[in-house]
Amino acid sequence: MDTVDKIKQQIAENPILLYMKGSPKLPSCGFSSQASQALMSCGEQFAYVDILQNPDIRAELPKYADWPTFPQLWVDGELVGGCDIIMEMFQQGELQPLIKETAAKNNENAE
Amino acid sequence: MNIHNNIEQKLLAHFDPAHLEVVNESFMHNVPTGSETHFKVVLVTPKFSGERLINRHRAVNAVLKEELADHIHALALHTYTDDEWQNLYGNSPDSPNCLGGMKRQAS
Repeated sequence: MDTVDKIKQQIAENPILLYMKGSPKLPSCGFSSQASQALMSCGEQFAYVDILQNPDIRAELPKYADWPTFPQLWVDGELVGGCDIIMEMFQQGELQPLIKETAAKNNENAE
Repeated sequence: MNIHNNIEQKLLAHFDPAHLEVVNESFMHNVPTGSETHFKVVLVTPKFSGERLINRHRAVNAVLKEELADHIHALALHTYTDDEWQNLYGNSPDSPNCLGGMKRQAS
């Protein structure tokens, strides 16, 4: 499978997906750390891809997403944004309902 | 090459900002002294009125496409309309501390 197909599959299969440097438990970048902490505090499960371990995705995703930097949060197949957007939504109280609703919707579909 | 200056000039020309801050935060990271790799931008312009955050960021990224492709490693973006900026009393968020990712990925 080529890299873009891999990315498309990840985005399609994971309703809440964070592309980041490192892991939520051991982030390798301050921006990725902030983003994953905000996401964790929403209290729902989410998937992540460590782009430092996946150089092919790191190279291709910015082009596919038309978004130059990491982290990137994808919800329901759509790019929500990077660290600053995640943090601003979190502080405005917009992130949590988005994540909760997405998780609830997908749990329903799974049942 | 003066990336700082390029960023400032391009944003001034494209967004007609009411307020613009371009801060070189490279010193906070694991890069040589004098580097121009990590920046924070605070941009306040009426052009952002009615635009979602992701579209505001996309507009800035498009203007800084060349710099992002070749020079900038991290760009913290804080984009506001005049009203939003006034409600913040002119305070933008601080950037997070470095966790050494740039060094790790180089090795």
